[in-house]
Amino acid sequence: MPWFSRDKPRVAPEPGEKTVRTEGLWEKCPGCSQILWRKALEENLDVCPKCGYHFKIDAVKRLKLLLDGEWQEHDRDLRSTDPLSFHDAVPYRQRLAVMRQKTKLPDAVISATGSLGGRKINICVLELKFIGGSMGAVVGEKITRAIERSLAERTPLVIVSASGGARMQEGAVSLMQMAKISAALMRLDEARVPFISVLTDPTTGGVTASFAMLGDLNIAEPGALIGFAGPRVIEQTIRQKLPEGFQRAEFLLAHGFLDAVVRRHDLKSFLARALDFLCGPLA
Amino acid sequence: MEPIEQQQPAEPIPEVDFAWRRVQLARHPNRPHSLDYISRLIKDFQELSGDRRFADDPAVVAGFGYFDGRPVVVIGQQKGRTTKQKLHRNFGMPKPEGYRKALRLMKLAEKFSRPVITLLDTPGAYPGVDAEERGQAEAIALNLREMARLEVPLIAVVIGEGGSGGALALGVGNKVLMMENAIYSVISPESCAAIIYRDAGLAARAAAALRLTARDLLELKLIDEIVAEPGGGAHEDHDRAAALLGEALRKALGELEGLSPRELVEQRYAKFRQMGNFFTTEPGD
Repeated sequence: MPWFSRDKPRVAPEPGEKTVRTEGLWEKCPGCSQILWRKALEENLDVCPKCGYHFKIDAVKRLKLLLDGEWQEHDRDLRSTDPLSFHDAVPYRQRLAVMRQKTKLPDAVISATGSLGGRKINICVLELKFIGGSMGAVVGEKITRAIERSLAERTPLVIVSASGGARMQEGAVSLMQMAKISAALMRLDEARVPFISVLTDPTTGGVTASFAMLGDLNIAEPGALIGFAGPRVIEQTIRQKLPEGFQRAEFLLAHGFLDAVVRRHDLKSFLARALDFLCGPLA
Repeated sequence: MEPIEQQQPAEPIPEVDFAWRRVQLARHPNRPHSLDYISRLIKDFQELSGDRRFADDPAVVAGFGYFDGRPVVVIGQQKGRTTKQKLHRNFGMPKPEGYRKALRLMKLAEKFSRPVITLLDTPGAYPGVDAEERGQAEAIALNLREMARLEVPLIAVVIGEGGSGGALALGVGNKVLMMENAIYSVISPESCAAIIYRDAGLAARAAAALRLTARDLLELKLIDEIVAEPGGGAHEDHDRAAALLGEALRKALGELEGLSPRELVEQRYAKFRQMGNFFTTEPGD
């Protein structure tokens, strides 16, 4: 029995009454619990001004952050054909349709050509909001085509990952995308066209275990969760709580699996300098 | 006493029954494991250990020997049968050093122009703290890329459980075969059921939904061939199962024999490049 209970109905605003919408104006930082003004946060590239916590950002924001201006998008028209006729709480086809509407994206990756610091690059950015940024046949094909485009044009490639891994709803079809993309990266490697992998929060499973770890440079944003198995799976295996900071970008850096951890504010200039080094300075 | 059954939907559905039966057979305690096949098919097998980086991983058995009089390198995931063996083999779940040992021996095979046979049988790559610390993801990723450029014939056979990336990390072959009752999946049916039905007990239903049987994978054009098993499954007759696998390997090796190193890389690339062409283009969006 609660000590206090409401026996009268809640007061609802009368029709026509003015209401002030405050939702979405403020955001609580998961890093330091500071209440942040949404606009100030956005002006700071979605990084907490107090503690430096990197909020997750969507693929379009990421492209705006990294590219000089407009970009040309590729393969927007690819759609999954639902090879397994997969059905969970809702049919997979329906889930895709809902996701498409919600994210305004055709699938979990944007593949584009644009310029970064005046240099033409091909860039793929995974969208976490689209079924966890998971990789099915469409994501696999779009990334493979981007690699082939880079190979044909000898244009450097950047892939920004944010993904839970392979897409369960496409079963072994999504598993094989790992092999397909990695094989294409082998060709890029042989042709000595640069590929930089940027790992953002979170990058796990089949995405980490394929292209995200195969960059000429592998770099990550501070605090990003990066691993093969997710922390919950590991906790179930070892039946222990994982230590603070396990599988974070800094942990991977210390264990030798990243070239650098780069703050969001420095990401574009880092990429520009790295590409200058790998391709030679712009004419 | 009645045996405790996995929770099944009220009405037995034939596909569910079929898929779940394969899962059970693929994990059958008496199912032949890598070493059972190696001892029957590979003459003078010499095991080789270690990744030359950190350690040896008993979950991956690798070495050289003679198949049909031909020198080959064989790499297999090994599960173990008794409790002691299972612990020693970590239930067939490789750690990064296992994948790095496998890659080391593939490169050795390439250097001396020997074909490679890999036997896939794992619930998955080991999801533990030490494996993560030593770069499980990097080890798998590197194998995927390096197998793609291997200039010798590579035949991969799923002999039991093809557990996701942990199996694929040995599976980028010129030919990919699957034993009749083997499974190959992106996620275990139990984990899948826990996610989609919030109930790991509905694994049988998830197994059917995932389409993880050899028949399914052949239909999805993700494998080349199904290797028949004796009567009720490979566990009933190891000798016969090995003989049938031997026949399939002989045929596969024969088909690859005439290819040059360059052609082998091209053939493998083309095969994986078209995998999972399950998309359409929707114009005007």
